[in-house]
Amino acid sequence: MKITVNGRSHDVDAPAEMPLLWVLRDELQITGVKYGCGIAQCGACTVHVDGEAVRSCQLAIGDLEGDVTTIEGLGTPDALHFIQEAWIEHQVAQCGYCQSGQMMQAASLLSENPAPSDEDIDDAMSGNLCRCGTYPRIRAAVKSAAAKLEL
Amino acid sequence: MGKARTIARRSFLVGSAALAGGVAFGTYVVRRPHDNPLADQVADGEATFNPWVLVSSEAITLIVPHADTGQGVASMQAALIAEELDIEFGQFQTSFGQPSAAYYNTAMASEAVPFMPTDKSFAAETMRSVMGAAIKVLGAQVTGGSSSTPDSYDKLRAAGASARETLKLAASQRSGVPVSELNTSNGAVQLPDGSELKYTALAADAAKLEPVTDVPLRDPSTWRMVGQDMKRLDVVAKSTGTMGYGIDFYLDGMLNGTVRMNPRKGAPLNGYDATAAEAMKGVRKVLPITNGVVVLADNTWTAFQAADAIDYDWAPAAYPAEQDAHWNVVASSFVDDRLDSEWRNDGDVDVALDGAKTLEMEYRAPYVAHQPMEPISAVAKVTDDRVDVWATHQMPRFAVDKIAAITGHNAAQIYFHNQYGGGSFGHRLEFENITATVEAANQMRGTPIKITFSREEDFAQDFTRQIGMSRSKGAVKDGKVIAHDLQIATVSSSRSQMGRLGQSLPGPDSQIVAGAWEQPYSIPNFRVRAYAVPELAPTSSWRSVGASSGGFFSDCALDELIHAAGADPLEERLRLMNHDVSRKVLEAVGEMSNWGSALGPNRGRGVAFVLSFGVPVAEVVEVTNTDSGIKIDKVWVAADVGRIVDPINFDNLMKGGVIWGLGHAMNSEITYSDGMAEQSNFYTHEGMRLNQCPEIFVKGLENGSAVKGIGEPPIPPAAPALANAIFAATGQRIREMPFNKHIDFV
Repeated sequence: MKITVNGRSHDVDAPAEMPLLWVLRDELQITGVKYGCGIAQCGACTVHVDGEAVRSCQLAIGDLEGDVTTIEGLGTPDALHFIQEAWIEHQVAQCGYCQSGQMMQAASLLSENPAPSDEDIDDAMSGNLCRCGTYPRIRAAVKSAAAKLEL
Repeated sequence: MGKARTIARRSFLVGSAALAGGVAFGTYVVRRPHDNPLADQVADGEATFNPWVLVSSEAITLIVPHADTGQGVASMQAALIAEELDIEFGQFQTSFGQPSAAYYNTAMASEAVPFMPTDKSFAAETMRSVMGAAIKVLGAQVTGGSSSTPDSYDKLRAAGASARETLKLAASQRSGVPVSELNTSNGAVQLPDGSELKYTALAADAAKLEPVTDVPLRDPSTWRMVGQDMKRLDVVAKSTGTMGYGIDFYLDGMLNGTVRMNPRKGAPLNGYDATAAEAMKGVRKVLPITNGVVVLADNTWTAFQAADAIDYDWAPAAYPAEQDAHWNVVASSFVDDRLDSEWRNDGDVDVALDGAKTLEMEYRAPYVAHQPMEPISAVAKVTDDRVDVWATHQMPRFAVDKIAAITGHNAAQIYFHNQYGGGSFGHRLEFENITATVEAANQMRGTPIKITFSREEDFAQDFTRQIGMSRSKGAVKDGKVIAHDLQIATVSSSRSQMGRLGQSLPGPDSQIVAGAWEQPYSIPNFRVRAYAVPELAPTSSWRSVGASSGGFFSDCALDELIHAAGADPLEERLRLMNHDVSRKVLEAVGEMSNWGSALGPNRGRGVAFVLSFGVPVAEVVEVTNTDSGIKIDKVWVAADVGRIVDPINFDNLMKGGVIWGLGHAMNSEITYSDGMAEQSNFYTHEGMRLNQCPEIFVKGLENGSAVKGIGEPPIPPAAPALANAIFAATGQRIREMPFNKHIDFV
C-alpha cells in the first residue's frame, strides 16, 4: 500500500493490522517517533494524521486515511517549527525520549486552540507521559509558543 | 586491568593515526593537595595517560565517558574540558569512548563509608581515600550515585588545561615565540602578531610532545562557561526527533526481535512450544536463551506478536509468590541476627526512652519500578573475531565482562558503543537487554540483531527499588525532641546488584539506612540501626537508592515527634541542625515558601530535609484538601551542591527530582502475585502526569566546600514533605507509600 509521510510517498508491504508506529520505525526508518508503551498510555508515538494528533501505536496501517506528519516533518534543525523553537529556548528535554510526542501533541493543541488556558494545557498534555519530570518546562514552552502565535 | 588500559590506549592511538596525525591528551594525576597521602601512594604508576581530549587535523573530539541518560552529563563533561581548553560549544564533537579502566570513578566512594558526609575528620577522609583508591585500582567506570560532577570537576578541567598547554608548546616550537607570550581562545593559539594557529593544525606536532602536566587550574572568577547558563549539546537533536537513542540504532541486514524471559525473575524456562509462532509470516527464528527465548522477525511488532503466541512452561520463583509474604519477611527482620549496622548512636536512647511517654511509628516503602520512557534494548553483531554491541549502560566495563562470558571473545575483541539513553533512573545498571541480545547474536554469528523489550517485558524484568519498613520510638520533653530510636529493615539492593556481578559486599550496606543515619541533627539521644532483610525479589539502585526510603522514614518520624512536642516543624529542625551548610538550605526554603504565614482552610504546609549523596536538600510542599482529594499547589526546593556547573540543568534536574519523588510516593508500587509483578504498563505505574504537577520553585546555594551532583538528592525529601503537608491539612498521617492507598489525589 501507499502512504504519505512528511510529504513523501512510500510503498509499504506490511500486514493491514500492523500499527503505523512500527511501519514508520522498522519499515521506513523514521525513528523520531518513539515506542513507549504500545497501548496509548504514554503518547511517545504521537504523530499527526491530516494535522490531528494520533497515537500511532493504536492506528493499524490498514485503517490509515490521510497524510502522516512526524516530528521530522514538523520542522528540522535548519528550519525549526515554532514549537521546536520554544522547546529549545526553554531547554525542555532531559532524556528527550518523550519529547517528539509532547511537541506533536502541543502543535496539535495550538493549531486548534491558539490561546490555551492552564486547564486547556493540562487537559491536552496529560496523556503524554514524561518520566524525567519536564512538565514545568513543557507548560512554559507551550505558553511561550502560544504567545508567539499571537504576535 | 593493566591489559584493558593498554588496549584502550592502543585503540586511541589507532584512532588518532586514522584521523591523520591526531594526538590524544591525557592528564589526570592525583594531585589534590588536601587528600590523605595514602591516595597518592596507591596512585603511583596508575594515572599516566588517561585520554579525554583527541585533536586531529580535522576535528577536536572530547571523550565524555559517563553515560548520558538524560541528566545532561555529556554537556557537563564537555564544558569542564572546554573551559580550560578554550574551545566553544560547536567547535568540537563528543564521544562516549570505549570502556576503559582509565575512566574509573573515585567519587562513588564517599557514599560507602561509615562516616557522615559532614564529617571531615582525618579518619573519615582517610577511609574515603582508601575507598577511592580501591575504585581506581578496579578501574570501575560507573555512572551513578550523583557522582559524575564530583568525579569530573577537577579531572576534566585538568585534562583540558594539559591539552591547551601542550598545544601552546607545539605552537611555540613552530613559531619560535615563547609559550609565555601565547594566548588561546576559540580552538586556536594566538600569536603576538595577531595571527593564529588552529589546534587542528597543531595536532601532528603536538602528538610528538610529552603532554604538559601539572598545569594550575584557572580561578573560578575567570570562567566563561562553567557556572553560566548553558545550551545543552543535545537540545536541538532532542527537539527535532533527530537524536539517535540506543533503540533507534540500525544496521543493514539487521533482524528485529524481542525477548520473553520468566516473569518470575531469575527462574528458568522449563520448556516451550513455538510451533504457532514459527509459522507466523515474518518470523525468522525462535532461539532459547537463559531463562527465556528470543524471537527474531522482520520487524519488532511481528516479534511482539510471535512472543505472545509461544506457550511457555515457566519454573516457579525462588522468592515468595505473594506480596503479603514479602512484607512478612520484612516485618520479621527486626531481630539481632539481621542487624547490619549501627552507625549512629548518640547519647543513650535506652535510658532516655525508659519510663518516658513514647511515640511509636511504623513506616513502609514498597517496591517501585524504574521504567524510563525508552524501553531497554540492544543491538549486537557477533563474528568469530569481534563483537560489537550498541546499547546504553552505566557500567560498560562490566557489560564487556558479561559479553565475554557469553561469546568467549577476549575484552580486546569486544567493542561496546555506548548510546544516548532515553532515561535510566538506575535501570541501565542491569544487563538483561545486553545479555539477551548477545546470547541471540552469538547463535546467529554474522547477522546483526536488535532486541527491543516490550513495555510489559520491561516491567516484568525490572529489578525494582528495595522494599522496606521502619520502626521508630521517640520521646519529647519541654517542647523539644529528645530521643529517637530508628530501626530500618530493607532488603539490600547493593547485595542483590553485586550478587548478579558475582561479587559480594564487603561489610554493611550503607543504603539500608541512607537518608537516615547520617542526618545532621543533634537529637540528644539518637540511634539508627539497619536490619538486612533476606533477599526476596531481586532489587537494584532506583534513583536516590536507599535514601528514597530512608529519607521518608527518618524525616516523617522526626516530623511526628516535632508535632508531639508542640514545636514548629521548621523551627525545631533548625534548632536540632548541627551543620551550617544544611541550616542555610533549610532557612532558604523557609524564606522562599514564606513559612509561618497564614494559610486558608483545608490547606497545609509540610517541610522535609534530607542530606543524601552529600547534598543537603530541603523542600516545602503546600497542599489543599479539596472535595475530590489532595491537590499539590506549590513546592519550594533548596539544595547546596557547592558549585552549580549549569544553572539551567540544575533547575531542570531539581524539578525533575521533585516530580519523580512526589509522583512515585503518591501513585506507584510494584507488588507480586504468583511470583510475577502485577503491574505491567504505565496505567498501573505511571509516576506523575502533567495534570498533577505543582508549581515548583528552585533555589541553588553554593556554600558547601565540595562540588556535588544533583541527579538524586532532590528525591528523598519529596515524599516526606508531601506526607507532612497532608498531615498539616487533614490531620491524617500517611505512613506508607504509595499514598493513594490511603488518600485520593486530584
